[in-house]
Amino acid sequence: MLEIKNLKARIKDGADVLDGISLTINKGEVHAIMGPNGSGKSTLASILAGKDAYEVTSGEVIFEGKDLLALSAEDRARSGIFLGFQYPVEIPGVGNAYFLRAALNSIRKSRGQEEMDTFEFLKLAKQKAKLLEMDESFLSRFVNEGFSGGEKKRNEIFQMSILEPKLAVLDEIDSGLDIDALKIVSKGVNALRSSERAIVMVTHYQRLLDYITPDFVHVLSGGKIIQSGDKTLAHKLEKEGYAWVKAQDAANA
Amino acid sequence: MTAPIQDITNQEYKYGFVTDIEADSVAPGLSEDVIRFISKKKNEPEFMLEWRLKAYRQWLKMKEPHWAYAKYPPIDYQATSYYSAPKPKKELKSLDEVDPELLDTFSKLGISLDEQKRLSGVAVDAVFDSVSVATTFKGKLKELGIIFCSFSEAVQEHPELVQKYLSSVVPVTDNFFAALNSAVFTDGSFCYIPKGVRCPMELSTYFRINAANTGQFERTLIIADEGSYVSYLEGCTAPMRDENQLHAAVVELVALEGAQIKYSTVQNWYPGDKNGKGGIYNFVTKRGKCFNRAKISWTQVETGSAITWKYPSCILQGDDSVGEFYSVAVANNYQQADTGTKMIHIGKNTRSTIVSKGISAGHGQNVYRGLVKIQKTAENARNYSQCDSLLMGDLCEAHTVPVIEVKNNSAQMEHEASTSKISEDQLFYCKQRGLSTEDAVNLIVNGFCKQVFKELPMEFAVEAQKLLEVSLEGSVG
Repeated sequence: MLEIKNLKARIKDGADVLDGISLTINKGEVHAIMGPNGSGKSTLASILAGKDAYEVTSGEVIFEGKDLLALSAEDRARSGIFLGFQYPVEIPGVGNAYFLRAALNSIRKSRGQEEMDTFEFLKLAKQKAKLLEMDESFLSRFVNEGFSGGEKKRNEIFQMSILEPKLAVLDEIDSGLDIDALKIVSKGVNALRSSERAIVMVTHYQRLLDYITPDFVHVLSGGKIIQSGDKTLAHKLEKEGYAWVKAQDAANA
Repeated sequence: MTAPIQDITNQEYKYGFVTDIEADSVAPGLSEDVIRFISKKKNEPEFMLEWRLKAYRQWLKMKEPHWAYAKYPPIDYQATSYYSAPKPKKELKSLDEVDPELLDTFSKLGISLDEQKRLSGVAVDAVFDSVSVATTFKGKLKELGIIFCSFSEAVQEHPELVQKYLSSVVPVTDNFFAALNSAVFTDGSFCYIPKGVRCPMELSTYFRINAANTGQFERTLIIADEGSYVSYLEGCTAPMRDENQLHAAVVELVALEGAQIKYSTVQNWYPGDKNGKGGIYNFVTKRGKCFNRAKISWTQVETGSAITWKYPSCILQGDDSVGEFYSVAVANNYQQADTGTKMIHIGKNTRSTIVSKGISAGHGQNVYRGLVKIQKTAENARNYSQCDSLLMGDLCEAHTVPVIEVKNNSAQMEHEASTSKISEDQLFYCKQRGLSTEDAVNLIVNGFCKQVFKELPMEFAVEAQKLLEVSLEGSVG
């Protein structure tokens, strides 16, 4: 589904942040990308979603046979890529339901599907809100405005559940969550696991992986994947810290 | 013995007044003769002529104000013709003859074909919906004793009301443009709601037949008698072009005891081209007076005009009276908007609310200018003001000049202000959810204006939203 080949990138007119990343993700898989602060995890997520603060200097990204990097951010979204933001943005005055229906219909339209009317949409939204234990008032509140950290993250997963992407990249979806909120968010993500969908989770902590079990774990450091493995790698990291894997990488080099 | 100066001037009138009363228009220039001509042409009673002359004599002593944050070349007041009989517009045979750019805008605003024809002066079939609708409405209003007619008609049919209330809110000497308007205005709208009557429909200039040619100096007077209610709509979202560059209107609202007036405006005069050439100067004086327990609410969406100079205000004279001002002002390309309000608290327990949303794009300049004045007599007055500015791009400007004067210690004042840019992060967030840049900008701008749009009558709000989208097209990305 997604193939990243030797991807190198830098901040526009700035420092290099990715230094040759290669990664293959297939349908139905859940990947966790871990790594210390500044390792390039969030950058990778942003680049996949098409944020233009970054510049790709070499390499390529193929998504379902298409050159992903040639697409605009909205076209990437329309072809099925969803980014769960680490810091969801507030849009004052715009109702959550209104925003999401506009988004959904813009995606549907691009696929030649009929737009969803308000009633049909509200039915869907209420059903999904229930799953994430969100009060219905959530729908009429303004997008992320005045939301707590936990509410913002739940809202991201809520949006994902409505938009039903093929590939979801969740950037630190666990940061700022207490244990109860973490469980709810995880439940939401697990409900969205499917053989047709791939999920990439960017996280600092193994804790999240107790609730959402990944098929693969990758460790990112210095803009490169320095180790990949299964979920046991995450446990080992939790115990030994990132220094361990860095040292191992240095020894291999 | 020297003759009093007055006699001499009077003589000059006698002999100097040579303009043919049968003529359809008067030569450019402004003088007492011209004013007499206008008054006579309109068959006005004596008090109107006196009133106009008084205004003119005051105007001569006044100076064109330049404190607003707007730049424009000097206006030659002698170069304008101040009277021309309403001429039927040149009729076009079909929409094919209309400027395609204009038609394009019409269709973006979702204006119906019939309406497009009416607005651009294309001949329409004998039965045209809005006209017959208007006639039905007029009958209904008459039953309730509501008077809704042109200003000229009111002067003829209801001179006692005109005399009693005209300039009771905006004195002829109030300001340069109001004085000019008083001296030379030719028409406008008049509305009277009798005691205790709730006007059952939104009154709109759109439904007033013969509203087409009110000209550049428009005069509106609305009187809501005790305990009555009226919602009045001015303007329309369709782009208005006009050969006169200067527009100086005066609007006066009188809300008698316990009455409520809701006044909504959508202004979309020609703003000039992308390089700032042409466009209307819109210098308007709007003010309302509230008696005991009365309420006046101004809502405006200002997207047009090259220069806007406009401060719809409330004099809260009566106890427990309420004033509100909700505004969205857009300045795109080279537009200059200097707008805001004055809330003058005189009565006890008076309350006012100000919500101003300024949007600047291109090289646009947007100024919020406001005054909240709490007089000594205004025990327990309350004001809430919120002024938000939204910037699009790096070349536009936003300014806020809020003035607060409090002379009574029991007053409660709240003021909030913010200036923001549509951020890259907001745009990226929307685009990541599948929205185009254009849709994302519209969404964010509409959210920004929400508090004001919700004050507009439902249909107007939808139109205003579309209008904003068209006005800001291509400002980002």
